[in-house]
Amino acid sequence: MDIVYTIWLRSIKRYLRSKSRIIGSLGMPLFFLVIMGFGLNSVVEVPEGGDYVGFIMPGIIAMSILFTSIFSGIQIIWDKQFGFLKETLVAPVSRVEIMLGQTVGGATTSLIQGGLMLLLAFVLGLNLIGLTGLGIAITFMVLIGLAFTAFGVAIASKMEDMHGFQLIMNFVIFPIFGLSGALFPLSGLPEWARPITYLDPLTYGVEGIRYGLSGASHIDPLLCFLALGGFTVATILVGTHFFRKIKI
Amino acid sequence: MVSIKVEKLTKSFGDFTAVNDVSFSIGKGEVFGLLGPNGAGKTTTISMLATLLPATSGKAEIEGKSITSDQDGVRKSIGIVFQDQSLDDELTAYENMDLHGRLYRMEGKLRKERALELLKLVELEGRKDDLVKTFSGGMRRRLEIARGLLHRPKVLFLDEPTLGLDPQTRNKLWEYIAQLNEAQKITVILTTHYMEEADRLCNRIAIIDRGKIIAVGTPSELKEGIGGDVITVKSENPEGVYARLSKEKWVKRIEKHDGSVTVNLANAEKHIAGMVKMLDGLEISTLSVHKPTLEDVFLHFTGRTIREEEAGAKEEMRMRHRVWSRG
Repeated sequence: MDIVYTIWLRSIKRYLRSKSRIIGSLGMPLFFLVIMGFGLNSVVEVPEGGDYVGFIMPGIIAMSILFTSIFSGIQIIWDKQFGFLKETLVAPVSRVEIMLGQTVGGATTSLIQGGLMLLLAFVLGLNLIGLTGLGIAITFMVLIGLAFTAFGVAIASKMEDMHGFQLIMNFVIFPIFGLSGALFPLSGLPEWARPITYLDPLTYGVEGIRYGLSGASHIDPLLCFLALGGFTVATILVGTHFFRKIKI
Repeated sequence: MVSIKVEKLTKSFGDFTAVNDVSFSIGKGEVFGLLGPNGAGKTTTISMLATLLPATSGKAEIEGKSITSDQDGVRKSIGIVFQDQSLDDELTAYENMDLHGRLYRMEGKLRKERALELLKLVELEGRKDDLVKTFSGGMRRRLEIARGLLHRPKVLFLDEPTLGLDPQTRNKLWEYIAQLNEAQKITVILTTHYMEEADRLCNRIAIIDRGKIIAVGTPSELKEGIGGDVITVKSENPEGVYARLSKEKWVKRIEKHDGSVTVNLANAEKHIAGMVKMLDGLEISTLSVHKPTLEDVFLHFTGRTIREEEAGAKEEMRMRHRVWSRG
């Protein structure tokens, strides 16, 4: 555990020190919230009731966590390129511990980012429906953070340098976000398109947060928990497997 | 007392054999140098000994621990300073030290004491709370050496410790390394392609070229081995020079290379005037007399020279990268 803590500590120190990264990664979700949320608020009607800004809030929170966590995982590539990874790999510690430290660190920083968005949601008039609901939302936020940091580590372990990053951004991160029902109600989709959204693990995260914050969701929250929890375990296992084989 | 024992170590990448059947042993407290041009297999050898790269065949022991069956034991016994920097730029010097101590599971009080002590040793205690990204190349190197020593390793690996540093910093680092070896009785294995560095720092040197060790010995043994003083004649017509000189009795050894001829002999000063007369009429561009250097040793064994200008594109890139990361 002490090694996991050490790597975690490093992530947190680095995160708190890079003010530009904190502000920068709030930018995109805020942009979506303002442009989409307020821009479309008057023309979009949500079938389940309520206004559109309130509807996409959980999606925006999930988005900020998704981006921050994948990014934290992919940071391993920088460690590889700028040499720091060698320092950890040559130490008498197991790679599993390093990987877990990285994952918990990434999940923590992305939870802080998501938390800031959640605070913003309260400022914008979101009403808390109860502490249990808040607890449920935070649980799902943690799971998204863990799963996608591990996912980022898995990708980074297979990548040589940052050249492939744009590709990952366009063909992995955006589809995961776009298909998750973060921006639109799943019930509004045609029958044939629904299975695709059900294959997207983030769907269950968004729905889970939505259930916690509004008390209503399209998918059963327990199913959400099992699906996202399973995905989290799977990505951690796969991430660990790839990370153990990393070559410098 | 043996500290490192390497037997028939080999590493192949596909068809290419980077390290070919290398064997040597290093005594405790020795400073041992692997000298060779870029791409000779020095870093690959170090990586295998540091358990970062699995060997294709052969075996090695460090402080009695096998690099294949007891990797954690090896890792605990060694400190390593990599060729490319491996510090975290976004952390301070002290935080880098502290992180290292934690990775080696050092207890809190000891970690702090040793970190401060070592930062003082490398004259960085005044900058200990500054971010590493504000450090110059020389300061980074010193910090890396301090970090490599934090957990009191028995063996210190230095992979091209002074690459890309200015001559002043290089001199200073050499002093540090010599002091460390003296004070801590630590075994040091270093790789370099700087002749002067190997000559000055190492008790013994292995010359490595194209993955093979071609000579091992103390610097003076190696230099004396090629026989007395060296006269180098640069000429468009090395064959002509060779033909005129090779039959002389005072010539101990004569070798033809591309565009030059090297002559080994005793008391070069006495013969130089006569030699100039003998070469009259041949196109001679330069003629120089010097005591043998490791460069001559390398030339003698391989027929080529290691020169800084031969430094490949890879090194150039690396240096550029360093300049960037410094800025």
